[in-house]
Amino acid sequence: MIESFFAGLIVGSIHSGTPLLYATLGEAVEERAGIVNLGLEGVMLIGAVSAFITTVQTGSAFWGVMAAAAAGALFNLLFGFLVISRRANQLACGLAMMFFGVGLSALLGAPYIGSRIVGLNEIRLPFLSDLPLVGSVVFHYDILVYLAVPVALLTWGALFFTRWGLSLRAVGENPLAAFAAGKNPHRIQYQALIIAGILGGIAGAHLSIGLAKTWAEWMTAGRGFIAVALVIFSKWHPLRAILGALLFGGAIALQLQMQARGLPVSPFLLDMLPYLLSIGVLAVWGGSRRQAAPGSLGRVFQGTE
Amino acid sequence: MNSPSGGLQALRKIYSPGALRAFVLLLLALAAFALVLLIFGKNPIKAYIDIFGNTLGSGYGLSETLVKMIPLILTALAVAVPSRIWLINVGGEGQLYLGALLATWGALTFGSLPTWLLIPLITVLGFLGGGLWGGLCGYLRARGWVSETISTLLMNYVAILLVSFFVFGPWKDTESANYPQTPEFSEAAVLPAFFGTRVHMGLVIGLTAMILFFFVLSRTRWGLEMRAIGVNTEAARRNGIPINRYIILLLFIGGGLAGLAGMSEVSAIQGRLRPSLSPGFGYTGFLISWMAGGSPLGILAAAFLLSVVTAGGDILQMTQAIPGAVVNILMALILFVVLARRGGKGAVK
Repeated sequence: MIESFFAGLIVGSIHSGTPLLYATLGEAVEERAGIVNLGLEGVMLIGAVSAFITTVQTGSAFWGVMAAAAAGALFNLLFGFLVISRRANQLACGLAMMFFGVGLSALLGAPYIGSRIVGLNEIRLPFLSDLPLVGSVVFHYDILVYLAVPVALLTWGALFFTRWGLSLRAVGENPLAAFAAGKNPHRIQYQALIIAGILGGIAGAHLSIGLAKTWAEWMTAGRGFIAVALVIFSKWHPLRAILGALLFGGAIALQLQMQARGLPVSPFLLDMLPYLLSIGVLAVWGGSRRQAAPGSLGRVFQGTE
Repeated sequence: MNSPSGGLQALRKIYSPGALRAFVLLLLALAAFALVLLIFGKNPIKAYIDIFGNTLGSGYGLSETLVKMIPLILTALAVAVPSRIWLINVGGEGQLYLGALLATWGALTFGSLPTWLLIPLITVLGFLGGGLWGGLCGYLRARGWVSETISTLLMNYVAILLVSFFVFGPWKDTESANYPQTPEFSEAAVLPAFFGTRVHMGLVIGLTAMILFFFVLSRTRWGLEMRAIGVNTEAARRNGIPINRYIILLLFIGGGLAGLAGMSEVSAIQGRLRPSLSPGFGYTGFLISWMAGGSPLGILAAAFLLSVVTAGGDILQMTQAIPGAVVNILMALILFVVLARRGGKGAVK
C-alpha cells in the first residue's frame, strides 16, 4: 500500500513534471535574453490544441508534436513583434497573449471536444521495463518524458558553452554592451522567443496528447504561470529547472494520488498545493534571487540614438 | 466630474485627435476580429449586430451593460491604485473571490440583522477579504521576498479553489440538490438596485472610490508622496517616505476594491455564492487599467467598451454557437493595437 503510493507518486511527479520542465526551459531562455513572457500560458494552450487537432486529423502523434512546436513558435513571434519591434510593455503584452491563447484555442478546439486519440505511446525499454518495482517506476513513459532531461542538458549546453549562448546572455544582462560588441540584440531576442515558443508548444502537446489524451478549454489551468515561478525558483538555470519541475510535478501528483486513494482531504485544498508551494518556495528563496536575475530583464533595447 | 474646469477638459478631450485615434484603433481591432470569425466560417456582420444590438440597442441591454461595468470599474481601480508606485497587481480575480467569500460569510452568519447594519457589514467584510489577500502579496513584496506580479497571479488560483472548497463543502446548500452553491442570502443582505433594473449600489461605490482615489492623488500629501515614489524611488526613500508601508497599503486598498466587486456580485446579482462567480472580471480589469493609462475617464470608457465585449461573449455563445471564451480574442486584439501604438511612441517604458 505505502510502497505503491510512493511508486505512484514518483511516476506522477515525472508525468506532471515533464510539461512543466519544457515550459520552464523555454521561459528561462527568453528571460536570459531579457524578456519576461507571461503569455506562456497562451503558448501552452495553443500548443496543446494544435497537437490535439493534428493528431486527430493525421492519426500521428509525431505530427501533433511538430504542429505544436510550430504553432508555439509562431505565437511567440507575435509577442516578439509587440515587445521587441513595437517596444510595448512586456507584462501587459504577456497577459494579452494569454487571453489571445485562451480565446483562439477555445475557437480552434471546439469541434474536437470529445474526440478520441491514441496519443503518445508509452515506450517500453527492453529488459529495463521488466525489472521488478524499479522497472515500473522508471521505464514506462512516452518519448517526450525520456527527452525532457536531455533537452534540459542541451539548453544548458547551448546557453553556457556556445558563443551564441554567451551573446544571448549578454543581451539579457546589458543589451547596449552587447550591441557595442557587434551583436544584434533584437535578432537574438527573436531567436530566443522562437526557441521558447517551440518548447512551450511541446509542453502543451504533452498535456493534451501525452497525459490527458483529450482537449478541454483552458486545460493548462495555470501551469504556464507556475512555470514562470519555476524559472525564478531555478535561478534561470536549466539544470536546476529539472529539480524544480520534479518538485512541482510532485505537488500535482500528490494531489492526484491522494484523491485516487480516497483520502479524506478536500480535493480543492489539495489542488492549492502547487500554487502555495510556488509562493512559499519563492519567499524562502527571496534574498539571494536578485543577483541571479538577468540584468535588464523586462526592459527592451531601445537602440542607440 | 469633480469640478467645472475638469468637465470642460473632459469635453475637450473627447473631441481631441487622441479620442479619434482611439476610435480608429478600436475599429482596427474589430476588423481583425471579424477576419478571425470569417476564417472560422462565422458571419462577422451578424456577430457584431448580435453583440451591439443586444448591449446598446435597447434600454434593457444598456442597463445590463452598466451592470457588467460595475465589477470592471472596481477591478480596474484595483490595478490602477497600486500601479501609481510601479506595483503590478494581477490578482484582481483572486481578490474579488476572497471579497465575495468573506461577504458571504457575513451574509450567512448575520442574516437576521436589519439591512442598514448588514449591508455596511458585508461591505467592510468584502473590502477586508480582498484587501488582506492583496496586502499579503504586498507584505511579501515589501520584505523583498516575492515579486507581487507573480504572487498575485498565483494567489488567484488559490482564492478560486478556496471558494470552491466552501461552496462544495461546509457551506453547500442542502436544499439545492446537486448544485454547488450556498443557501440564498436573506433580503437584508441584498444591495439595493435602481429604477427596476439590475443596476445596483455597487455603481455608486465604484464611482465614489474612483473620485476619492483621484482626489487623494491630486490634492493630498499622500498623493504627492505616491507620485514621488513612482517617479524616483531612491530619492523618495532618502526623503524619508516609508516606501514599504505604501507597498503594503496600496496593495491592501487595491485588493479591497476588487473585494468590493466580489461583494457586490454575490450580494446584488447572484444572491448566493457560486464557484463560477466571475467570468474573469479581475483579468479584464487589468486590461482596462492598462488601456486607460491611469486616467479616470479612460477607465470609465474602457470599462464600458470591455463590458460590451464581455457581454458579447455570452451573446455569441447563444446566437452563433461559438465558445464564449472566443471574446478573449477580441479583448486581446484591442489591447494589442493599444499597446503596439503606445509602445511605438515610446510612451511606456
